[in-house]
Amino acid sequence: MINTIKNQLASHSILGPFGALVFAILFFSTQSPIFLTPHNLSLILQQVMVLGVLAIGQTLIILTAGIDLSCGMIMVIGSIVMAKLVAVSGWPVWMAVSCGIVISSFIAMGNGLLVTKIKLPPFIVTLGMSNIAFAMNQLYSEAQTVTNLPSNLTFLGERINFFDGYINYGVFLFLFLFLLMGFALKYTAPGRHIYAIGNNIEAVRLAGINTTRLLVGVYTVAGFFYGVAGWLAISRSGVGDPQAGQTENLDSITAVVLGGVSLFGGRGSLFGTFIGILIIGCMRNGLILMGVPSVMQILITGVLVILAVTIDSSRRQS
Amino acid sequence: MKKILKRICFIGSFAFIFPSHTFAEDVKVGLITKTETNPFFVKMKEGAQDAAKKMGVTLLSAAGKADGDNAGQVTAMENMIAAGAKTILITPSEAKAIVPSIEKARKAGVLVIALDSPTDPESAVDALFATNNYTAGLLIGEYAAKKMKGQKAVIATLDLFPGHPVGAQRHNGFMKGFGLTSLPQSSNHLASAAEVVCMADSYGDQAKGQTAMENCLQKNPNINLVYTINEPAAAGAFRALKNAGKEKNVMIVSVDGGCDGVKNVKAGVIAATSQQYPLKMAYMGVEAGVAYAKTGKKVSGYTDTGVTLITDSPVDGVKSSNTKTGMDLCWGKK
Repeated sequence: MINTIKNQLASHSILGPFGALVFAILFFSTQSPIFLTPHNLSLILQQVMVLGVLAIGQTLIILTAGIDLSCGMIMVIGSIVMAKLVAVSGWPVWMAVSCGIVISSFIAMGNGLLVTKIKLPPFIVTLGMSNIAFAMNQLYSEAQTVTNLPSNLTFLGERINFFDGYINYGVFLFLFLFLLMGFALKYTAPGRHIYAIGNNIEAVRLAGINTTRLLVGVYTVAGFFYGVAGWLAISRSGVGDPQAGQTENLDSITAVVLGGVSLFGGRGSLFGTFIGILIIGCMRNGLILMGVPSVMQILITGVLVILAVTIDSSRRQS
Repeated sequence: MKKILKRICFIGSFAFIFPSHTFAEDVKVGLITKTETNPFFVKMKEGAQDAAKKMGVTLLSAAGKADGDNAGQVTAMENMIAAGAKTILITPSEAKAIVPSIEKARKAGVLVIALDSPTDPESAVDALFATNNYTAGLLIGEYAAKKMKGQKAVIATLDLFPGHPVGAQRHNGFMKGFGLTSLPQSSNHLASAAEVVCMADSYGDQAKGQTAMENCLQKNPNINLVYTINEPAAAGAFRALKNAGKEKNVMIVSVDGGCDGVKNVKAGVIAATSQQYPLKMAYMGVEAGVAYAKTGKKVSGYTDTGVTLITDSPVDGVKSSNTKTGMDLCWGKK
């Protein structure tokens, strides 16, 4: 029996996270009558959309056996650039948003170049980049929150009715990006190569694939998602906040790991990350509905992360 | 999670030290803030620089990388003492964790003054120049109670994060001011009462404050009074209330009195806020350092740098100033 479960878990990396999510949902719905209402569920989606889009980029990088500690700070740079260009310099929204996303992508590309060309460990490169990006956004914003953003910059935060709840455009973008990248990872050649790099980069190189170009591409695409996340962040909060994003790097890694993506690279799926994001969102919301002190959420998240890594590790050994 | 975060912060922390003025005078005063970037501490540094310039002494300044970065502050303190500072002004990120390092410094004859936040125990430093955070909470609590007279209060509190004394003092002061069961000033726990239907952590951050408020509204849509730890959290709460169409019927009270915060009081986003004076704290700190260098006399005990309730809709029995006065005295950009 136990062996069967183990084997099932081993062959379907998604089962564990999915079970945890279902359990969390069932548990919270017995604890609070509000939890399962469409209004509350739509709220949870809105609350995770920024972290969710960041986690797409993080997933891509972790699949290559890398890690990105700079994602939150790169996101904030993107958001401050967009907010300032529109609110201070009066740029048209589409230009400012594109500029913010391009800058985020460029900074993330810098990570990729350092990792591939100079062969530095991703952990240290992105840690350094996180510091640099943090300082850059404080200098650029003069540590001031950018306010008075026009509504056409933040329209992704606007809501439309959805059953008895409401949902905002940003959530649709977030879901669309997940579907798009999920598809690309599974059914396109570069997508499969990302998995292959995580499993054995040398073999991929010997198979005649330009791994440097692919890896730099992965980091750059991740930066694109960080930029989009920055746009979602200002849409949601209505301001460009240079103090934001300080815990998002580790939160996104937590989501990816909770979703059963292996930190050793090469295993896992974007759907798993999506589940991981929902687990985080449900816990944050459900525990407040229950009136549980927030420190419990930190405790439970810690236990779940270790559990997820344990399962992944035993799967690798079997 | 927090622990990992701290580790990472530790590895990544580079608490830079640089002398702001290289005057011929030999007196060096060190200022260590929680972060380099929070406008509150930027203003504090300005105050210290002004004072140092006027009195012809050298100011060394440094900061932790993020709020909660104790290791960065310890390193900065060691480096400053090595550089010859005889007085250290510090806003402790971690009330307890910083104590052993402070003790070591004091044993070596350094005057250590805590600014803004107390250490735990408070007697670990020579002196404390701070706003009484309990009083700050008390004022907005009393204000809210008078304002809500006759109406049944359904309260949400958006606090800082677990275990921070400033968070507990403001929260418990608010509870006491409102006339609810509360805990004493020395407590590090958050008091609770039946009227408080939701307590959530905002980390003093606008986005997290918004999420916390949204979740609180899910728990109880009848919330009509919101206490927030600071003004960014208040702005996040307002955004959540506005999205839910409830901003008109809910009162938000807060603490800090930053310029953005006072602007929000003027705009009606925040009903009232307790204003603090970081510039004054730093100025007094440098003065004390110079006096110590010249006379060898150390200041001691707690000095309240004052707190003023800022609102445009005053109530009888609670002293307050209007937003015009608040803007004149606020910290951060106007």
